[in-house]
Amino acid sequence: MTAVATATLPERRTPPRPARSPSRRRRRLLGVLTVVIAAIWAFPVYWMVNSSLLPYNRIRNPDPTFFPLGGTVGAYGRVLEGNFLSSMRISMMVTLITVGAALLFAFLAALALSRFRFRGRKSFVVTVLIIQMIPAEGLFISQFKLLEGWKLLNSVLGLSLLYIAAVVPFTIWMLRGFVAGVPRDLEEAALVDGCSRTQAFFRITLPLLAPGLVASGVYAFLQAWNEFTLALVVMTRPENMTLPLWLRTFTDANRVSDWAGIMAGSVLIAVPVMVFFLLVQHRMASGLVSGAVKG
Amino acid sequence: MTVSQRAAPPVRRRPLLPYVLLVPALAVLLAALGYPLFRQAVMSFQEYGLAQQFGQAPEWVGFDNYARLVTDSYLWTVLARSIAFCLTAAATTMALGTALAVLMTAVSRGPRLTLQIALLLAWAMPHLASLTVWQWLFESQYGVVNWLLTGVGFDQFTGHSWLLNPLSFFVVAGIVVVWMSVPFVAFAVYAGLSQVPAELYEAAALDGASGRQRFRMITVPLVKPVLLIVGLLQIIWDLKVFTQIFVLQDAGGITRDTNLIGTYIYRLGLGEGQFGLAAAASWFILLITVGLSLYYVRILIRDEEEL
Repeated sequence: MTAVATATLPERRTPPRPARSPSRRRRRLLGVLTVVIAAIWAFPVYWMVNSSLLPYNRIRNPDPTFFPLGGTVGAYGRVLEGNFLSSMRISMMVTLITVGAALLFAFLAALALSRFRFRGRKSFVVTVLIIQMIPAEGLFISQFKLLEGWKLLNSVLGLSLLYIAAVVPFTIWMLRGFVAGVPRDLEEAALVDGCSRTQAFFRITLPLLAPGLVASGVYAFLQAWNEFTLALVVMTRPENMTLPLWLRTFTDANRVSDWAGIMAGSVLIAVPVMVFFLLVQHRMASGLVSGAVKG
Repeated sequence: MTVSQRAAPPVRRRPLLPYVLLVPALAVLLAALGYPLFRQAVMSFQEYGLAQQFGQAPEWVGFDNYARLVTDSYLWTVLARSIAFCLTAAATTMALGTALAVLMTAVSRGPRLTLQIALLLAWAMPHLASLTVWQWLFESQYGVVNWLLTGVGFDQFTGHSWLLNPLSFFVVAGIVVVWMSVPFVAFAVYAGLSQVPAELYEAAALDGASGRQRFRMITVPLVKPVLLIVGLLQIIWDLKVFTQIFVLQDAGGITRDTNLIGTYIYRLGLGEGQFGLAAAASWFILLITVGLSLYYVRILIRDEEEL
């Protein structure tokens, strides 16, 4: 059917030419609309950067300043004076542990789920699905009690443990799609060519999985870096704040006086994430969809 | 590809291996989710307050906690408010996200890329950072939203405090939630749309199908699985929205009039120390969430059986 369709297309396509110009105008109009929507959507992000560069007198002005001409980076200095850096250290440790452990655990599980048929496989997949529906708010009371009992409140390890559990189900879900996407024939061809099972895995399967691992890793990174609720519940001491907690405290303290500083803090937290995100977003969206649809 | 996978013989020689591979993930899930879930169930049948927090043995009270909750009209207010907020936000997000995805397929490369970058920026913003920016946008004295509305002629917005009134509080919260959720929907649906093979449309066009018919007969059925799962995630996420409400309440909302499920449980448990009651509320919400999404779960499980 495909062959027929493509073969007949060229001659069929030519006649309706004259009718095209209104549709082209429509297309251009839609293009303008798209750009306007894009501008609206990006405005808050622009406004954050813009405000962070404005001096006191310009930011506290009934008429907003739309371009940071003659701006200052003084606000960033004010942010770095506080305990931003120590919060950053905590956030980085928690994030690293979460990403590493979640990737490893989820990868092993995904391997089991997509490369083996075994009893309980289907119920595990369904459980992974249902776990994602558990509202975090429904659990944090007893997660708080759990860490309290294990003397892990206010510890990087305790928070990481909760994050790993929060991230692993979705990571398994995503990776499963990627693992299933690696053709088994390739592995078997390598076996025929004399590779051992381990060799076949490391030489053939793993490189093909790299995009999936990167995408899931970024997902885990974003979750751990951005998470607020559990951190709020578990990290009760000011010296153990993660970055989101720090930003909230900093905002509350400076709400009246220093919006430029608050925006500078937001920029500092957001920029690393955005860079990361722009690099791999494409794989995230398609990985999610392939994981969800193809299983 | 799927065919070759199915044809491949199952590995039977090492029946233990898959279970070993599952152990680490399973262990973490059991420790950090399973056990708390169980613990919470136990606690919900106990009188567990501040006294128990300091060592007194908890007392079994049967269904008392549940009875107290169910007879408290405030719980129902919060629940109704949460569901209303969730459905409004999720529906708006899905509609806008799908519309933007369709728009992306209709325009040329330049505008599409511009929109994609803008959406990515919003998507990548850490929640706390975006909440902070939106607070600044809606700030009463120097916020650009009030400036704009006043400039257009709505003088009543001069110095207007958005967060003080419950309705406008939820408008702000809703805008923030929709703003950060739309990109995910748009990208997922767009990815789904671009997986539809062009030949299908061409073949249908040859058969004389109109644009609308092609959309209804080809696009919708093929994109439906994506819409279903994205819609489900949206409902789940919007029902358990916590950060946005909590932070905005901090910034000047009236807590009692703006509590949703999440903040309600938080304040009940960690705020007032009524752990037993909060645990019961959590279980209650859990059941409702699962109940709401049961329809989707059934569809997903059915798909799973086809594997």
